Amino acid sequence: MKQKHRYIPMTEQDQAEMLDVIGISSVDELFHDIPESVRYQGTLPMSEALNEAKLLKHMRSLSDQNADFDRYTSFLGAGIYDHHVPVVINHVISRSEFYTAYTPYQPEISQGELQAIFEFQSYICEITGMAVANASMYDGATALGEASSLAAQHTKRKQIIISKTVHPEAREIVHTTARGLGLEIVEIDMQNGVTDLAKLEAAVSADTAAVVIQSPNFLGCIEDVRAIEPIIHQHKGLLVMSTNPISLGLLESPGKLGADVVVGDAQPFGIHAALGGPTCGFFAVTESLMRKIPGRIVGQTVDIDGKRGFVLTLQAREQHIRREKATSNICSNQALLALCASVYLSTMGKEGLREVAGLNIQKSHYASKRLHEAQGLELAFSAPFFNEFVLKLPPHVSVEAINEKLIARGIIGGYDLGLHYDELKHHMLIAVTERRTKEEIDEFAALLEEVLA
Amino acid sequence: MTQSNGTDAVVTQAEAMKQASSHQAPDKKLIFEMSREGRVAYSLPECDVPEEQLDSLIPSSYLRSEPAQLPEVYEVDVIRHYTELSRRNFGIDNGFYPLGSCTMKYNPKINEDTARFAGFAKIHPYQPESSIQGALEMMYILQNDLAALTGMDQVTLQPAAGAHGEWTGLMMIRAYHEARGETRTKVIVPDSSHGTNPASATAAGLDTVTIKSNEDGLVDLDALRAAVGPDTAALMLTNPSTLGLFEEHILEIADIVHEAGGLLYYDGANSNAIMGIARPGDMGFDVVHLNLHKTMSTPHGGGGPGAGPVGVKEKLVPYLPKPIVIKKSDGTFAFDYHRPDSIGRVKAFYGNFGILVRAYTYIRTYGPEGLKTVSECAVLNANYMMHRLAPYFELPFERVCKHEFVISGSPLKQYGVRTLDVAKRLLDFGFHPPTIYFPLNVEECMMIEPTETESKETLDAFIDTLIQIAQEAKEQPDLLLNAPYHTQVRRLNETQAARKPVLNCACNS
Repeated sequence: MKQKHRYIPMTEQDQAEMLDVIGISSVDELFHDIPESVRYQGTLPMSEALNEAKLLKHMRSLSDQNADFDRYTSFLGAGIYDHHVPVVINHVISRSEFYTAYTPYQPEISQGELQAIFEFQSYICEITGMAVANASMYDGATALGEASSLAAQHTKRKQIIISKTVHPEAREIVHTTARGLGLEIVEIDMQNGVTDLAKLEAAVSADTAAVVIQSPNFLGCIEDVRAIEPIIHQHKGLLVMSTNPISLGLLESPGKLGADVVVGDAQPFGIHAALGGPTCGFFAVTESLMRKIPGRIVGQTVDIDGKRGFVLTLQAREQHIRREKATSNICSNQALLALCASVYLSTMGKEGLREVAGLNIQKSHYASKRLHEAQGLELAFSAPFFNEFVLKLPPHVSVEAINEKLIARGIIGGYDLGLHYDELKHHMLIAVTERRTKEEIDEFAALLEEVLA
Repeated sequence: MTQSNGTDAVVTQAEAMKQASSHQAPDKKLIFEMSREGRVAYSLPECDVPEEQLDSLIPSSYLRSEPAQLPEVYEVDVIRHYTELSRRNFGIDNGFYPLGSCTMKYNPKINEDTARFAGFAKIHPYQPESSIQGALEMMYILQNDLAALTGMDQVTLQPAAGAHGEWTGLMMIRAYHEARGETRTKVIVPDSSHGTNPASATAAGLDTVTIKSNEDGLVDLDALRAAVGPDTAALMLTNPSTLGLFEEHILEIADIVHEAGGLLYYDGANSNAIMGIARPGDMGFDVVHLNLHKTMSTPHGGGGPGAGPVGVKEKLVPYLPKPIVIKKSDGTFAFDYHRPDSIGRVKAFYGNFGILVRAYTYIRTYGPEGLKTVSECAVLNANYMMHRLAPYFELPFERVCKHEFVISGSPLKQYGVRTLDVAKRLLDFGFHPPTIYFPLNVEECMMIEPTETESKETLDAFIDTLIQIAQEAKEQPDLLLNAPYHTQVRRLNETQAARKPVLNCACNS
């Protein structure tokens, strides 16, 4: 203990007094139970310490090398979006009573966090139209993996049918999850940007645990959920639906459409993109699946004086009690980001959520028309969409090369669908949120024309 | 709540109740209960494009039949509501938080500042790699720093939490055995292990075998020898264990498992004890996860987000989740997706990047020498507390501890008082209680982890308070049985919460 450090209060005097109470003469004696041959000799080959000023400068220089949304105009979505983040959110989540707390194991001194999660659950139920929501998941993609696991456990069936219009990374996680649990995954092709209903109908049987869809889907299109719902329910399997929550300001709630499990990523609700994480998955189910849901759940109760209070509940599902028989190994949630989502929804309110959804629809549809009509570029699909659409570029064009040219001109271009879909090479997925102005959209269209020329 | 100086006079039950009842205040409203039609708290960009009829863009059958009933409040309501909720919460910045196995150390403010830099907070995972070189460089250095710290050859930053890291590690172990044409389905865990260990094994399609600890609280070598065999996939071990004890026979343990053809998994929850002192890789472990929200001070956030990077030895590198960050020969950084034997993806994008920024910032405030000091101070603090508390409680294992220790409240049972009651009484003195009733193999236990960021004065105040509470248990046990008195709410009816679940506010109407 040679160095003084601003986070460590131990003085030489403290150390001497403590060693004296313990009855030893050196700190080293506390490590005599570690075999000599595994004691590390020398200094670890790690990054060196920097003083506060130098560290800030170093971090700033790393940060400055990245093209951020403050300096660049983004038309990139594909699961992470550049929405407006109300300024109040950062002020709330910077309250250290929230961010320096652990999971609320001691409810008497954690009512703030517990109530915040209870309100988050209430918000998720309200916008999804579902009966029960949990305290949140790692992200939307892992939530989909857990949803598949729940469906298999609940139906005691081993086959999961998933549409290829579901986010490719979420599908990869479902595959990884399925390998762990020994489940069979069947993927269903698309037709005009949405799930091919004929192929879906042909694939679903009494062996199917769940049909997994995403709407609006990865290609931006809105699925015809009303047509998909009976296909799986007639075989008594579950309908698992992933959704973009901000679209639910105007799109019909999954609960009304007959979904049994609804998941998604709350990133559009006031959570910064941060290279894709941390975000916050949400997980909502029908009442009959309440005791099968993974993760933490907060419930309302009363204290011994009859006052309203909140506690972690239905814990009989969880790993610290059930160990290998738990419904999931999850023991955390994304509490701070669930708080972002709650503050976002409190800020937006009933009118604001509808308005922001409307702005996304209006601006993205303007952009699609502008690109289509003015530039003669083809739209890949005619299915209805929310805030993302697919542009078909000429066959000699590489989306990657276009994006390199765009970023040099201050624009973060759309997603290269050829990375995941053989049939969609030279296709670009473009997202337009409420933050984009008409001027930016027009400039993007003009630039795209220029770089394609 | 009042912060104790350790000299508070013992209060009588009647006085405590009187004080408690004077604390009565109306229930804190839910945000939904504050709604008044017509109020707004938002400011959105205007619609500067020609506006079209909504149902001309999206068929009306796809549109919401009724709006979501969100509260209508204004900005001051939002701020006052959440400020009040924060005042009803307890974090490390509020006081001592000796929650065992959770490493509730100070969460440095600079971490929060750097993670909010626009170049880290406002970048998209699918931007061209050329436009995120700073982010990739940071991830690359962090991968290497964590590999050096744990003695591993390669690290993935993808897992979002410790349990997620466990599952990732076990999936790699499974892939490793399968690639060798071996069917190994059993994961061995000691009875002191975290509940996530067996739950992760199940999620990875493996079966759990639990072995008993010996009378010293360590892995029973004979039980281990009896448990291993041709079906052993792995032993999962926390070292130091959840009892705070270092497995001094770790090299023999590693030999037993390896000779049977199994691998060793290191649960890194307790890494704060050994940084720069001993590395899991040198002890014989093949896979390690670290909890960055514990050891590397990134905040716990009230339950998350965290990050659970996983390090592996060379033979497991092919199975790492993809992508990982590499440095190319031209000095630029890139994601490497070309990993044909990878177990696949375990998390969308590249892990909890914002948490990785915080962890990297933390590492650079200390450097390798500083991190060693962290562990030395954490271990000294724990041993000091253990020695001072031992005469008043039962110490199940009388030997040197590492960064945490376990004491038992069983001597108080004769007064009708349980460890839960001690924990609740601690709340009245402004302390967060230790972890209680875990690990499962010590009756009425309290697991205490002070961390390195607490002063001797704080440790002494906590110790004096626990001693006082032990005295109260003897003299007026009712005082403990009805505690706490000075919190926003008192003991809550958890049975009612589980039997008649009210899980969202729609249930109130």
